[in-house]
Amino acid sequence: MTGPAAYHPVACGPSALLLEVADAVTALALAEHLRVTVDATDVVPGARTVLVDGAAPAALGAALSRWDPAVDPPDGPLVEVPVVYDGADLASVAELWGCTTREVVERHTSLALVSAFCGFAPGFAYLSGLPEEWAVPRLDSPRTRVPAGSVALAGTWSAVYPTASPGGWRLLGRTDLTLWDHRRTPPALLAPGTRVVFREAR
Amino acid sequence: MTTTLTVLATGALATVQDLGRPGHAHLGVPRSGALDAPAHALAQRLVGNALGAAGLEVLLGGLEVRLDEDRWVAVTGAEVPLRVGDRAVPTGRAVRLPAHTPLTLGTPLRGCRTYLAVSGGLLVDPVLGSRSADTLSGLGPDPVRTGDRLPVGVPAGEPAAVEVPAPPADGPLRLHRGPRADWCDGDAVDLLVRGAWSCAPDSDRVGLRLVGDPLPRARTDELASEGVVLGAVQLPPDGRPVVFLADHPTTGGYPVVAVVDPADLWRCAQLRPGDPVRFTRAR
Repeated sequence: MTGPAAYHPVACGPSALLLEVADAVTALALAEHLRVTVDATDVVPGARTVLVDGAAPAALGAALSRWDPAVDPPDGPLVEVPVVYDGADLASVAELWGCTTREVVERHTSLALVSAFCGFAPGFAYLSGLPEEWAVPRLDSPRTRVPAGSVALAGTWSAVYPTASPGGWRLLGRTDLTLWDHRRTPPALLAPGTRVVFREAR
Repeated sequence: MTTTLTVLATGALATVQDLGRPGHAHLGVPRSGALDAPAHALAQRLVGNALGAAGLEVLLGGLEVRLDEDRWVAVTGAEVPLRVGDRAVPTGRAVRLPAHTPLTLGTPLRGCRTYLAVSGGLLVDPVLGSRSADTLSGLGPDPVRTGDRLPVGVPAGEPAAVEVPAPPADGPLRLHRGPRADWCDGDAVDLLVRGAWSCAPDSDRVGLRLVGDPLPRARTDELASEGVVLGAVQLPPDGRPVVFLADHPTTGGYPVVAVVDPADLWRCAQLRPGDPVRFTRAR
């Protein structure tokens, strides 16, 4: 769909390259391709970019020439996240969406989401798949403490806080799942590429 | 029976550090590791350890430790007065520390971070292949506290014969153009090179924060989150640049307008609040 020049490289110092692409899905596909085809210190997808750090330029060039943006990456594992929908911002999201809190739960549990990239904290995954028209602004002033397992929205992203931290996302509910365990492989439950559905816990 | 290092005093902040945990940035895991990597590596080499062994990174001196078995130790990085018991001993070389004798680091006259290596290395539990304490995410061991008892490994052998390379030369931080240089109103590298900057008091293992005339931003909208390299010079909305160091977040939404050459990052580790920060354009 995007033709041969599906990425635009930007230098990022002497040992890294930032590859700009169209969107989060493309970034994830390119990152997954590079992770298995090039020897790099880090390959980090973002919302519209992939950062490749510590790869030999010739090897990276060869790997990029073998990337076909038309080919979808293989489906990642599917994780079902049980949620108790009692978050402090459920009512404000309902107001923003012009619906009832019940309908917020129904919409959120109907989404087919994908972990696009991680950041902010170990195992904090940015889940794509919320339609643009349902985007919600962050809170005007972040909470000083959001408990681990909080299920939240900001912009078109959904996320689950892996650890307690400050946070400005809108809280819909909470899950008992362990999002981060450094003894597990991979330690992040929602590593990039993981498919995610939320389910209402009874 | 394992050997134990007992912490008798810590000073401002002392953390266990090794070469860090690169390779997990896509999971949101900072790289971490010794901020002055050459000083850390030298200390480990001096006592005969592998470069990946763990030691202590000590902020502004004040550390006192004791071992329950004789070992070689070496202290590098910011120069401190060093004592074994009551005896002054040199830094920058292997020193025999007898069992049950305190090793005391005074306050550095210049520089900021001092490194202590013990033959056999510190054997705190590794997390994702590293024993480094990550002050941003909390991964790895907590900062050491008075009374802590840290396990020490078995030495691989005697230290190598005297091997004291000259410390890397000081000088300005070499700057490369950043991926979002166009978010700065003007040539970001040029503005950083010509500006008068100093190290802000809130600088830490996450970033070297700069005090000076704020850099003007050409754009004020929000950048979509993207991966950030070690040494990135990030420009927040207030225009006060931050140089990302080892414990930096792996993705960020503020533009990276320049990148400090990786070979110069150790200098950032040795800047104290108020110290001048000088840049030059990388060739």
